[in-house]
Amino acid sequence: MTPDEIVGRLHSGMTLGIGGWGSRRKPMALVRALLRSDVTDLTVVSYGGPDIGLLAAAGRIRKLVAAFTTLDSIPLEPHFRAARERGSFELVELDEAMFMQGLTAGAQRLPFLPIRAGLGSDVLRVNPNLRTVTSPYEDGEELVAVPALRMDAALVHLNRADRFGNGQYLGPDPYFDDLFCEASETAYVSCERIVDSAELTAHAAPQTMLVSRHTVTGVTETPGGAHFTSCVPDYGRDEPFQKAYATAAADPDAWDAFRTRFLTEPGTEQDYRLAVRAWHKEQR
Amino acid sequence: MTRPSTGTATATRAEYCVIACAETWRGDGEIVASPMGTVPSIAARVAKLTFSPDLLLTDGEALLIGDVPAVGAASAVTEGWLPYRKHLTMVMGGKRHVMMGASQLDRFGNQNISCIGDWTRPTRQLLGVRGAPVNTLNNPVSYWIPRHSTRVFVEKVDMISGVGYDSAAAAGPSATRFHDLRRVVSDLGVLDFGAPGHAMRLVSLHPGVTLDQIREATGFALSVPDVGVPYTREPTAEELRLIRDVVDPRGLRDREVRHP
Repeated sequence: MTPDEIVGRLHSGMTLGIGGWGSRRKPMALVRALLRSDVTDLTVVSYGGPDIGLLAAAGRIRKLVAAFTTLDSIPLEPHFRAARERGSFELVELDEAMFMQGLTAGAQRLPFLPIRAGLGSDVLRVNPNLRTVTSPYEDGEELVAVPALRMDAALVHLNRADRFGNGQYLGPDPYFDDLFCEASETAYVSCERIVDSAELTAHAAPQTMLVSRHTVTGVTETPGGAHFTSCVPDYGRDEPFQKAYATAAADPDAWDAFRTRFLTEPGTEQDYRLAVRAWHKEQR
Repeated sequence: MTRPSTGTATATRAEYCVIACAETWRGDGEIVASPMGTVPSIAARVAKLTFSPDLLLTDGEALLIGDVPAVGAASAVTEGWLPYRKHLTMVMGGKRHVMMGASQLDRFGNQNISCIGDWTRPTRQLLGVRGAPVNTLNNPVSYWIPRHSTRVFVEKVDMISGVGYDSAAAAGPSATRFHDLRRVVSDLGVLDFGAPGHAMRLVSLHPGVTLDQIREATGFALSVPDVGVPYTREPTAEELRLIRDVVDPRGLRDREVRHP
């Protein structure tokens, strides 16, 4: 499939999970394809990075479920920040571990999972839908019942996959991409390279096989598909480009120019890559 | 620019801060030290190289490192794997002592890194609560404040991200069971929550700082021991050598804390 064909399967109003973490191994090619489409009014579930920034800037988010939104080397995501300060979307602000527990419950078809985190914090005050649950055992502990995070579709980016949807990460951290796929009705994997199944474990240990085909609906090969976030070991974060993104985001005219050049004008992911390459050449 | 190794020369303010932060991990044994910020990162390394050799350190990403490289330098030895999912599990298991930052901190240790103003429409969106709720309810937590001011030390925080003593008590036994706020280190001094009702109390002033100065920079009445306030201890010659020559030869600590 192509990124545009994958986005063609999505529709407005969906609950959409996005894998990766912050500005790390985000399915950016699929996010760019979303921006080229007219899919909107989304509930987005994400350990947020520039995926959230770009979708927020384009007004596609109705409701966000997140513990943070960051560019990592730049702590505050400027579009996310501006959108929050404008009151552009509804937010479900969870703690990082509550979020993990919600994904796990979603993957296991449980209504909730208990966690200590959240008690005593304003996470519960600002979200009265969050309830507690009491242990039926002698301890009688009262814990937060994190509701399952179930999604209509998940988008993740991995280093390698076969054409059946078996996906492999080769960097140091799997993040939570397997849980995103398992907690979703449908899931789409973009990857740096599609290879034969036998090649996946020819040079890597089997525990790098993170995502299994029974949880995956479609696969697309998008070299550089996590750009400008990191996709170790294939490439690190494109820090100069991320900085240019963040700088442009702070100024409406500059953002207009950035958006036209890198998001609107490119008709395809390949056009985006050419535009980025030309930009890097100018910087030298 | 490299600082000459002078051994006995007077410590700078940043170096007192490093020692005060390092002291928070004294006696912690075999747990993960999770420092956030430059001075705490230097401090955790100095603690491991001196009085807390069993501490585990990470590369800031997914690896436990088996050596103690300079801050900002790559590690050469990996002794374990700690991706985010395992790190969060480790937090909940309690074998960790984190030193977080704070945009706001109140007298009972409630901390805010989420947003300033009304949460529904903040005047300034910050990081979000991140892992502050899970940290504060599960493993020891200290705070590092590089610029002590009334903007940070406030009467009441706008969004409780890290849970303070009063909030944990109000939430019940499950919230207080593993709740343990250890210390607050700022560029002016060291504080803890040893005053009645677990209120913030001054432990020591960094040399050169006056009691009036820290009181003026704190937005609530600070509890001060009757017997007088000591100064933060002097770093040893060996600790100064480790800070200056081994752990922070590039002087990154001075970018976070200026010498007055």
